[in-house]
Amino acid sequence: MQFDQYNPGDFYDELFVTKGQPRPEAALLIERINSLSIEELQQRQQAAQNALFKLGVTFNVYSDNQGTERILPFDIIPRILSNQEWAWLERGLKQRIHALNLFLTDIYSDQKILKDSIIPRALIESASGFLKACIGLTPPQGIWCHVTGTDLVRDRNGQWYVLEDNLRCPSGVSYVLENRRVMKTTFPQVFGRMNIAPVDDYASQLLDALLNLAPPGLPEPTVVVLTPGMYNSAYFEHSFLAQQMGVELVEGRDLVVADGYLQMRTTKGLKRVDVIYRRIDDDFIDPLTFRADSMLGVPGLMDVYRAGRLAIANAPGTGVADDKVIYSYVPQMIRYYLGEDQILPNVPTFLCWESEQQKHVLNNLDQLVVKAAGESGGYGMLVGPHATPEQRAEFAGKIQTNPRNYIAQPTLCLSRVPTLFGDRFEGCHVDLRPYILYGKEIYVNPGGLTRVALRRGSLVVNSSQGGGSKDTWIVD
Amino acid sequence: MLSRVADSIYWLNRYVERAENIARFVDVNLNLLLDSPVVMTQQWAPLVMTTGDLDLFKQRYGEPNADKVIHFLTFDPSYSNSIISCLQAARENARSIREIISSEMWEQVNTFYLMVKDASQAQPFAQLPSFFAEVKMASHLFVGVTDATMSHNEGWHFGRLGRLIERADKTARILDVKYFILLPEVNYVGTAIDELQWIALLKSASGYEMYRKRQRRISPTDVAKFLILDREFPRSIQFCLLQAEHSLYQITQSSPGTWTNLAERTLGRLRSELDFITVEEIIQMGLHEFLDHIQTELNHVGHQISETFFAVELVKSSS
Repeated sequence: MQFDQYNPGDFYDELFVTKGQPRPEAALLIERINSLSIEELQQRQQAAQNALFKLGVTFNVYSDNQGTERILPFDIIPRILSNQEWAWLERGLKQRIHALNLFLTDIYSDQKILKDSIIPRALIESASGFLKACIGLTPPQGIWCHVTGTDLVRDRNGQWYVLEDNLRCPSGVSYVLENRRVMKTTFPQVFGRMNIAPVDDYASQLLDALLNLAPPGLPEPTVVVLTPGMYNSAYFEHSFLAQQMGVELVEGRDLVVADGYLQMRTTKGLKRVDVIYRRIDDDFIDPLTFRADSMLGVPGLMDVYRAGRLAIANAPGTGVADDKVIYSYVPQMIRYYLGEDQILPNVPTFLCWESEQQKHVLNNLDQLVVKAAGESGGYGMLVGPHATPEQRAEFAGKIQTNPRNYIAQPTLCLSRVPTLFGDRFEGCHVDLRPYILYGKEIYVNPGGLTRVALRRGSLVVNSSQGGGSKDTWIVD
Repeated sequence: MLSRVADSIYWLNRYVERAENIARFVDVNLNLLLDSPVVMTQQWAPLVMTTGDLDLFKQRYGEPNADKVIHFLTFDPSYSNSIISCLQAARENARSIREIISSEMWEQVNTFYLMVKDASQAQPFAQLPSFFAEVKMASHLFVGVTDATMSHNEGWHFGRLGRLIERADKTARILDVKYFILLPEVNYVGTAIDELQWIALLKSASGYEMYRKRQRRISPTDVAKFLILDREFPRSIQFCLLQAEHSLYQITQSSPGTWTNLAERTLGRLRSELDFITVEEIIQMGLHEFLDHIQTELNHVGHQISETFFAVELVKSSS
């Protein structure tokens, strides 16, 4: 009985109510695992890791110039959510994306939400993701954020929060699909007996969302995935998605603007491109409009986009909506654009540019998490309770020099999932990133990427900081 | 398809085929030496000579011996044509076109690479023959997986084109090994040792059994004829040229017997030369000289393929 010794302790555990009592949706899995020997579990864990390595589900380690690839450490104990709970999360995510898209439309056209003083104008204009070059542009079908990965967390009481919205180039969905593939071979009987929501239609849904953007009247529009290249840390995912959709994976050097269109160099000359799913940040996509030193983009691309001869997913300019200061206004956006109350709450957020709140942040740095407004991926972040006095002093200085750029949130005690460590299970903190597509309708892939902090006691789930992943099951 | 992608799939196949043939090279030499009188056991310089990299070898290793040559050709990561370097290059190319090739192909290249990498760290000399057999089998698996899981589309034809041009070149070089081995002792010609050597050579080209079905008796002329001119044996030079030409014409959609670019012209001319030449004429010309000529022409074809398809000029093609 593998779980006899497992104690969820003073945490919200995703699989157990209390010691020895699994949550109803996890009961079957726990029973199955209890019937296996620890050696067998270790063997399956190893087999799963080997399978991922063989499949090449790897990310590149930037700091290592050997071009070393590593797999994201994978744990075979899944995180499980009930159907009912998921239905509620799904509603909340759809509501949020709907509102964020309306916000993007508004902010790059009439700016009503600023005129009505719901969001201070100065905050928008100082957001690094706000692109003047996009003012007045209407992307095809009025959709800006085609692909979003929203980070959700659950605290000690089981309360869900939205931690951040990633509306630029969220990555990780390939792990969702490949982790599932490996899990099916790891626990085939469990899949046979439980009704687990499949995730495999993500690529079809993504392709539909992209084709939805093609100019009307084209019998066979050309969709491509634009990658910075094989040395990018998420290259596996770029190539995986292109392959699953059956479209070309292109690099900037494969593309050229000619005769007013974006074209790719082929063995039979140039070929027109109609839709690009780009995995390159705004700053780099066109050296003529944005960063002049970018080697990754295509000179003149934005001109083609402006002329309506190209759709770009996500649309340039979406970064303004995942600025961490703007994030704190999402509840107001939902009320303003939809006339509804938010379903999924935000984490309470202190904005350092307001002097009262800044004072509170500076006085409580040892309890708060401080984040830079325009950063992502766990960079530019201070976890107050785990930081040294020197680190806290350094952040206090940064906050005072550039208050607009910092927010602070209470340190949440993330929920945990049992995870295999050697010959026993330990609870590890997790978050959840569901992937949301905005095509003809808004679609949420059931489940998402469960990231797990594999360093004992750590709250940081990012792969660069010792994080791993788990499969996520939505079950009846 | 994208020029960059065509380039990568072409080289992916060339590198896998090259790794396989290096294994064949070393294997043929190991086999020849095992069946040879003791005086010949130090014949390792000729092997490096056939690769065209003898100078490079001498700079790094000094005088050739078995250990040095095998290490150079097999596990030396700084030698760009060693088996491990070929696999590394093949894998890099495959990684850059994973969305074009099938997952099974990628898995096979990746497994192949990891197998060679593991072997390079272990390196028990005693197990080398089984290692070369594994390399050959892994390459065959890659070709089989490619044929069975990838659509036979433009990309597949670029892959086959690369593979067969590489194979034609390497079969020429394997035949050449015999030429170099023989040089010091012309007296052996026509002796039992000579016949054993030809058998070893055929075996290294996986051609012994098929040769027997066609020719029965072992004679140098017939072996040369079989490995150069046979139209059915998949490692003979002419077979490779026929199939490579077929793929090239599938890519360009040109009519047979005509040409629209230099690659078609050079390859077509070489193929028709082999259509009508006899083995007696080849021997008369000198086997080594003839093989040299084939290798030169194949190099031209390689350059011309690159210029025609991979380095697309912007001005020329914006129509």
